[in-house]
Amino acid sequence: MSKLLEINNLCVDYVSPNGVARAVNNVSVSIAPGETLGIAGESGCGKSTLAFAISRLHKAPALISEGEIIYNGQDVLKMNDRQLRKFRWNDVSVVFQSAMNSLNPVITIGEQLTDVILAHRKIPYKQAHERSVELLNIVGIHGDRMASFPHQLSGGMRQRVVIAIALALEPKLIIMDEPTTALDVVVEREILNELYELKNKFGFSILFISHDLSLMGEIADRIGVMYAGNLIELGDAQQVFGDPQHPYTKGLISSFPTIHGPKERLYGIPGNPVNLLQIPQGCNFQERCSECFTRCKQAEPTLARVDNGNLVSCHLV
Amino acid sequence: MDKLINTTSSSAHALTKRESKFSWQQIKKTLGKAYAFFYGNPPAIIGGLLLSIVLAGAIFAPVLATHNPEKRVARPHQPPSAEHYLGTTRSGRDVYSQVLYGARKSLSVAISAGVIAMSLAVIVGVSSGYFGGKIDDRLNFLTNVFLVFPQLPLLIVLAAFLGQVGSLVITILLGVTSWPWGARVIRAQTMAIRSKEFIISAEVMGESKIRIILVEILPNLVSIVFGGFLGTVIYAMGSEAGLGILGLGDATEVSWGSMLYWAQTSSSLYTGAWWEMLVPAMALAITGGALALINMSIDQVSNPKLRTGPHIKLWHQLKKEADKRRGLR
Repeated sequence: MSKLLEINNLCVDYVSPNGVARAVNNVSVSIAPGETLGIAGESGCGKSTLAFAISRLHKAPALISEGEIIYNGQDVLKMNDRQLRKFRWNDVSVVFQSAMNSLNPVITIGEQLTDVILAHRKIPYKQAHERSVELLNIVGIHGDRMASFPHQLSGGMRQRVVIAIALALEPKLIIMDEPTTALDVVVEREILNELYELKNKFGFSILFISHDLSLMGEIADRIGVMYAGNLIELGDAQQVFGDPQHPYTKGLISSFPTIHGPKERLYGIPGNPVNLLQIPQGCNFQERCSECFTRCKQAEPTLARVDNGNLVSCHLV
Repeated sequence: MDKLINTTSSSAHALTKRESKFSWQQIKKTLGKAYAFFYGNPPAIIGGLLLSIVLAGAIFAPVLATHNPEKRVARPHQPPSAEHYLGTTRSGRDVYSQVLYGARKSLSVAISAGVIAMSLAVIVGVSSGYFGGKIDDRLNFLTNVFLVFPQLPLLIVLAAFLGQVGSLVITILLGVTSWPWGARVIRAQTMAIRSKEFIISAEVMGESKIRIILVEILPNLVSIVFGGFLGTVIYAMGSEAGLGILGLGDATEVSWGSMLYWAQTSSSLYTGAWWEMLVPAMALAITGGALALINMSIDQVSNPKLRTGPHIKLWHQLKKEADKRRGLR
C-alpha cells in the first residue's frame, strides 16, 4: 500500500513555565491516498496538536521535538519557508473547528475564496472568480452569495464555505479538526454527505479528528484512538468500533448508547485525563484502568498487533 | 447548633490556612513574577535600574544632599570639586543638592499629573465606550474639544494668565489637559471588548455594570492604561520643565525646570559654567529615557498572551537542538 502521508515517531512538546509537557508522544501513523483516517480521544489528548503539527502550524511554546512527517517522500519538518508555503493548501488544507473564526468578518466570502486561489495559482481574477462560484455550487451554496459577508450566513453555510475554501486547490489531503462540532446533527449529516460525494469525485484523503466515535465508526476507514498524547489503538474502523481491545477504547465505546440492540447501562470512564507534567511510570492510563496490574506500573506498553488486526498498546493483549 | 459551630470553626481554619499561604507563597510568587519580568528583557533591566536610581535620589534627598539647596553655600559658579560634587550655581547654591531636591518636585508633579490624566482618561474612555449612545456622544464631543486645543500653548497662556504659579497648579493644569488622547484609545479598545462574548455572558449572568467595567473590562486595558500613564508622565515632566524654563513656574521652588530657568537667566553656558545647565538637563533626559524603556517592556508582562519568560528561552534552546537533529541550519 503506497502512502500519501507518513508520520514517524512524532513528538510535540509544550514548553510551559511549569515544565515541558509532551502533548503528542511517539505517534506513528500513515494515510493512504483516498483513505479516511479518524483520530478519536477526549479533550486534551493531543488530537488537534497532531493535526497542527502536520501542516506545521505550531508556534512557541509548542515544539515538534522529534520524529518526521513525510509527505510524498519529503519531510515536512525539513521544508524551508517557500516549500512550506507551497505545501500548505496546495497539498494539505485544514478545516478548523469553528467556521466563524476562520472567516474574516469584514471581507465577503467570495473575496476570501478568490484570495486563496489567486495566492497559489497564476490565473486572471475573472477566472478565479468563476472558479469560486463553481466551488460554492459544489458545496451547495448559490453563486449569488459570493457578495455575502460571513455574518449574513448561517453556521452550516459558513462551515460549507470553509470546506469550499479547503477544496479550492484540490489538495491531496484535508485535515478536518472537529469540523462539525459546532453544528446540529441534521446539518452535520448534510455536510458529511456532501463531503463524501466530493471525496468520491476528487479522490482526496481525509484526516478526520473528532471525539464522536460513533460518527467516526461510520465515515472512517481506519480509526486511531489517542490518550494523553499516545496512540493507544489503531486499526480498521469496523474492528476498533466493533471489537475494541484497549480498555480505554472499550470505555469510550461504552460511554454512548447504540441505536439498535438492547438497552444497556452506560459506563463512562472514571477519573480525569493524566496531568502531562506528571506522567506516571509505566502506562499512562493506569490510574483509570479497571484492569490495571503490576506490570502496568512498571513498563510503558508499546503498540503491537493483536489477533483481530488492530495495533494496541496495552500489556493485557 | 453543632453544625453551625463546626462550619464556623472549619471556615476559620480555612482562613488561617489561606493567610499562612498568603505570607510565604505569595511573596515567592511575586518574586518569581518580578524575575520573569526582567529575565532576558534588557530594556526593562536598564530602565528599571535608571529609574530606581532616580527614585532613590528623590526619596533619600535629605540624606544624600550635602548642602541646603535653597541657601547660598559657596561662591558663584564654582566648578565641580570634592566640596561641591557638581559645582555651584550663579547664586552660589550647590547643584548636586539642588538636583536631588529638584527630582522630588519634578517627579511628584509628573507622576501626579499622570495619575490625574489617566484617571480622567479611564473614566471618560470606558464609560463612553461601554455605555454608548448619548453618553458616548457627549463624552466624545468633550474629548474632541480637548483634543483640538493645542496643549502647550494653552498651558503657557493659562500659566501666564495665572501669573507665576506653584507646582500644584501646574500639576492640575497638566493633568486636566493631557487626558483626551488616552481617553480615545481606551474608548476604542473598550468598544472592541464590550462586544466580545465574555462581556455578553457576564451581562446575561446578571453582573452589575460596575463589576463588568472593573472586573471584566479594566484588566484587559491594563497595558494600554499603564503605557498611557508612563507616556503622560514623560510628557508632564517635559512640560513642567518647559514651563519652568519659560519662567512661568514658581522660580523660587527647586525643581529641574526652575534650575534650567536660573541656568538660562544667568547665561551659564556663555560663562563656561556648563554644569549648571547640563546637570538638570541630563537628569530630565535620563528619567525620560528610563520611563520610555519601561514603557517598552511593560506590554510583555501585562499581556499574558505575549510570548516571554524563561520558558521561551528554553523553547528556543530545544528548537535549536531539534533543528540540528533534522539537519537544518
